[in-house]
Amino acid sequence: MAQMIIDTANHIAGYAAKAARVKVVAAYPITPQTTVVEKIADFVENGEMDAEYIRVESEHSAMVACIGAAAAGVRTFTATSAHGLALMHEALHWASGSRLPIVMTVSNRAMGAPWSIWPDFSDSLSQRDTGWLQFYCADNQEVFDTIIQAYKLCEDERVFLPAMVCLEGFILSHTYMPVKIPDQEKIDNFLPPYKSGWMLDTNRPLSHSNLVSPEWYMEFRYMIQEAMENAKQLIPQIDREYGKHFGFEHGGLVEKYKCEDADLILLTMGTMGSEAKIAIDRLRKEGQKVGSVRVRVFRPFPIEEIEKLAENVQMFTAIDRHISFGMEGFLATEIKASIFNRKDHPLVAGFLAGLGGRDVTFETIEKIAKKSLKWMHDGKVERETEWVDLRK
Amino acid sequence: MSVTPKTRKEMPLTPISYPTVGSMGKTGSWRTFRPEIDYSKCTKCTLCWIYCPDAAIMRKEDDSPIIDYDYCKGCGICANECPTKAITMKREEE
Amino acid sequence: MVTIKELPKEEYLLKGHAACAGCGPAISLRLLFKALGNKVFLVVPACCTTVIQGPYPYTSFDVPLQNILFESTAAAASGIVAALRQRNLTDITVVGWAGDGGTVDIGIQALSGAAERETDFIYICYDNEAYGNTGMQRSGATPYGAWTTTTPSGKRERKKDMPLIMAAHRIPYVATACPSYPIDFINKLRKAKEIKGTKYIHILAPCPTGWRYDTGKTVEMGRLAVQTGLWALFEIEYGKFKLNPPSDRLIDKAKRKLVKEYFALQGRFRNLTEEDVDRMQKWVDDDWEKYRKLASNSTSDFASYGKI
Repeated sequence: MAQMIIDTANHIAGYAAKAARVKVVAAYPITPQTTVVEKIADFVENGEMDAEYIRVESEHSAMVACIGAAAAGVRTFTATSAHGLALMHEALHWASGSRLPIVMTVSNRAMGAPWSIWPDFSDSLSQRDTGWLQFYCADNQEVFDTIIQAYKLCEDERVFLPAMVCLEGFILSHTYMPVKIPDQEKIDNFLPPYKSGWMLDTNRPLSHSNLVSPEWYMEFRYMIQEAMENAKQLIPQIDREYGKHFGFEHGGLVEKYKCEDADLILLTMGTMGSEAKIAIDRLRKEGQKVGSVRVRVFRPFPIEEIEKLAENVQMFTAIDRHISFGMEGFLATEIKASIFNRKDHPLVAGFLAGLGGRDVTFETIEKIAKKSLKWMHDGKVERETEWVDLRK
Repeated sequence: MSVTPKTRKEMPLTPISYPTVGSMGKTGSWRTFRPEIDYSKCTKCTLCWIYCPDAAIMRKEDDSPIIDYDYCKGCGICANECPTKAITMKREEE
Repeated sequence: MVTIKELPKEEYLLKGHAACAGCGPAISLRLLFKALGNKVFLVVPACCTTVIQGPYPYTSFDVPLQNILFESTAAAASGIVAALRQRNLTDITVVGWAGDGGTVDIGIQALSGAAERETDFIYICYDNEAYGNTGMQRSGATPYGAWTTTTPSGKRERKKDMPLIMAAHRIPYVATACPSYPIDFINKLRKAKEIKGTKYIHILAPCPTGWRYDTGKTVEMGRLAVQTGLWALFEIEYGKFKLNPPSDRLIDKAKRKLVKEYFALQGRFRNLTEEDVDRMQKWVDDDWEKYRKLASNSTSDFASYGKI
């Protein structure tokens, strides 16, 4: 039976791990992820979830235990935030290089120093180069759906890569929203049993990942890139298929809003995507031809989608919730890179907002849009990166 | 046994290596000294067999040892441990 | 009590591997497989054994082997054990096989966590008393006075007592071993396999490359370590401490060879002064006073879970 529940994104992540019939969870608590593992502990101990929860002693061990379990042939799950994710960093590389379909939720939180428990994307975006797929969710329903979709995607033989499903700390992780949990039988039909590209097996002894010389290493890296390209094709397909089965779709790689005739398109990630829609509606009432795009998948980066949008637009404005110090926001950079080689490409402006959990409302976004429109009419951006509402 | 892939398509998706005798080639080429067994002194105690780090000494049916010189690195443990001094280390001829 | 001749002839460490000539860990690996056969999953962190496998696409190991990050042997093993349990595969022994660096230094957190969680696997530390894979830098298991590339005038701190650290975790089986005593090591492995919970075996594995002695003397070096009392062969089974032969006869100091005999044979101890040697002789004597007390207790000396 499908059920309608009202719960936080963290708890919903637990429901999704249960629905995906995950067999081993290895995780370590960290604000604001903690309630994910608490929910899973509940499920496992009351028998609702037929799995083992390894209460590891650090996030680094959490990721490595998942690697071990996945290599030994079962579906795995973990969850973390900020410094926990950073602590796993070398293990993230190991997981993707091992081509293991691990799925992890990241309850996004700003990196320290100094300590912050509030959301931004400095944690997950810092890991963009690790060979993990990255999804950014805008509401709790999407968190559930994306986790299920991620297992199907990652365990596809054309992919076999791990994925992180990101949800902003407190804004989603601790906020109650209605979510429809589909019927388990239907989920089982959609998501087949665990599959991976290789496994430890006494019938076929092998050594995994011993030393690879320069003679071979590049080809293994090429294969990861190839898998990312395949994922780019599969993600919209799986999203549509999921929509057909369960009634919810989230835009595939990017969720477009009123972009068809837009002169200016705002690009956001996560919950800012929802706020942006309100801003767009208000600007439209004033007669402005504006639209917004929520980049749902950051890795693989939806280059082709951006290129297509670039054809009919005068300006892109990227609103980043993280900066690469010494350069600019990641979304801004990657958008510029996606369209750079076009003969005539739109202006691109980068805005930084919401770092360390500073609230980004539709009013903030409206202000960003209005400033962008002014630059658009001027034909040039005033500066490459604009920090929004910065104290003087 | 492992087969060296000839093209990228033959490579596994992640580095997987299969058990191979001589993964480092014929390691007997590392030797400076080679062990030689005087079978008249050998009591077939099998100590040389168990102590060889390279599994380069095999036990025949009657427990007498036979050295695989393709892989013996000439470490000299067998000679050092043989209770009847039946094994001596001789310098490899050029 | 098995004899050497009764040991199986099958080799699961294949000849032609990349270990140095005279490698103590390599002997230990062969003994591991003689004891347990090939129904094992081996977890190997960055260490000498990483290199011993040889390069892709070949490996010298004829058992399933997962290479893993340096600090995480026990974490990977924890994941594997859970997965096998979920798949109902009960006849596979999961073995963590790590060097001293990956056990007493960078790997100690994961090991401590796995032991506290009562993870059902065998963890073996093969100890060549330095970071061998990277060229013999000091580790927490390097003994006092030893030259290493990062302690060129000799280490000033003592060797970490890892077996007793593991016993404090209340695990059901802790043992020390040495490849110079193959039957003792094999018996311990076979016993460990039958026990539920975390089993820890610490094997002193002499290393001619790091310890600077002639390659043929590896087995002799291990024997001397035991005969001087610098390395004691013991078991702590469900908390009960017991010395194994020949260490059980060495409680009498007169029966122990002097430690200077051991140091004299190894280039890494070339810098020891007479004062150093006296100090180290006293430490050994103190350790053996401790072992004497532990061995003479009629009750358990350590707590342990899983006691029958």
